[in-house]
Amino acid sequence: MFDDFFTRALIAGVGIAIIAGPLGCLVIWRRLSYFGDTLSHSALLGVTLAYAFSINITLSVFIISSVVAILLINLQKRTKLAGDSLLGLLAHSTLAIGLVLIGFLSSIRFDLMGLLFGDILAVTTDDIALVWIGGIIILGILYFIWKSLFSATVNYDLAAAEGMRPEISNLIFTLLLAAVIALSIKMIGALLITGLLLIPAAIARNLSNSPKQMIIIAILAGIASVVLGLFTSLELNTSSGPSIVVVSLALFILSLIPLEIRGQLQK
Amino acid sequence: MAEKNNLLVKLDNGGVYKSSKWLVRGVSLELYKGQIITLIGPNGSGKTTTAKMILNILKSDEGKMESYTSKMAYVPQKISIDWTMPLRVIDFMKLTNHINNADITEALKLTGVEDLLYNQINNLSGGEFQRVLIARAIAKKPELLVLDEPVQGVDFNGEIALYNLIKKIASTLNCGILLISHDMHFVMSATDHVICLNGHICCSGSPSAVIKDSAYIELFGEHTAATLSLYKHHHDHSHETDGSVAK
Repeated sequence: MFDDFFTRALIAGVGIAIIAGPLGCLVIWRRLSYFGDTLSHSALLGVTLAYAFSINITLSVFIISSVVAILLINLQKRTKLAGDSLLGLLAHSTLAIGLVLIGFLSSIRFDLMGLLFGDILAVTTDDIALVWIGGIIILGILYFIWKSLFSATVNYDLAAAEGMRPEISNLIFTLLLAAVIALSIKMIGALLITGLLLIPAAIARNLSNSPKQMIIIAILAGIASVVLGLFTSLELNTSSGPSIVVVSLALFILSLIPLEIRGQLQK
Repeated sequence: MAEKNNLLVKLDNGGVYKSSKWLVRGVSLELYKGQIITLIGPNGSGKTTTAKMILNILKSDEGKMESYTSKMAYVPQKISIDWTMPLRVIDFMKLTNHINNADITEALKLTGVEDLLYNQINNLSGGEFQRVLIARAIAKKPELLVLDEPVQGVDFNGEIALYNLIKKIASTLNCGILLISHDMHFVMSATDHVICLNGHICCSGSPSAVIKDSAYIELFGEHTAATLSLYKHHHDHSHETDGSVAK
């Protein structure tokens, strides 16, 4: 069953969509879309380092993304710059360092396009195992810290006052976000991961009226994007990662239509 | 000894230092079960900061804070729920505790918003949201309840009803209440202990003692003090024409 590269891509992609659903919702609720972007930019540095020291790419990306995330939290406490400025600073400096380092690695053949946009069709059986086992661990931790994380998302002080220990769950959440990016960079690429996190959750926001519902719809929208996107890329011979995101966008536009019609009916 | 068992929090000489100044300093207070303490004071006097110290949201930078309960509920001042999140009243009620539906409905009934159970939080008016916030805190059946200007945006009649409710909760749930309020009528008529803050404790004591305190009069003006003592008398008892208390 795993022999066919297309089936492998589907299984891995669906796995990522399931993890991305709840995390994407949290990214939207916490207004962290720029943060996701920063992590994925820094992921490029992680990949470069993995090649340079020949270590596991996923591990290296996870470490670099986590370091950047923790750096950001500390910088926010110490500087007078706003969050978005710090994010821009970190995103572009890590990206630049990554690109400079690639220059030094001229002896290694480097697929820059593959790094930026991923190649889900090159997924191996090991990658599938990594995505699904990693995904189960990520979702398990998320489930465990959910009450604390969710209440802190609604109101930090309230969560802190009522014994939810939000500072701990915030830190864990940041690391989970880094982990998702590490898991999916090879397949979706550094530039498009945030798209797969955000767009399904954005679709879900248009169609839901409770947090639980939004998460379920985000997962379904993510799966639909991956499946339809992969078939589209097979049919039209387009790159797989971007095709997934384009399909996701199309679903987002569709999700806006019912709102319009509802608006018309009410008038 | 019985008193000791009822002690919920004890703040001894607490203070918070931020951006090279003391937001509030030298605050000591003890809150017991069934007691209502009110914090009053001008804007920026450290009322919310003190409340946050009591709730362990902010760590006291000096002095000592002792907490003898973990069942705390908080009604913060000014909270806004991001419209990026679809959140119904029922979801919000269960935010930090699992509370069964019967208790949720009962609490919402107490604050007069039981019809809003399935409404989106974002569509509530300011006053309705305050009522939901108070209901959520009550539904948790806390031992310590901290209310930071809980009736802001609530209509006049609702304000009186909610204050009466708060007063009732202190005895029915036997919980200690720390209240920040600008409503002097309530402060004077229903609270056990008033702390007047202005960066530090200006004066504190029973409501009737505080109004007479020169520090209070300086802070709020003689006019307020006079009106309030008149008001208080009006509620407590009536006077004969010569000023003596009517039987």
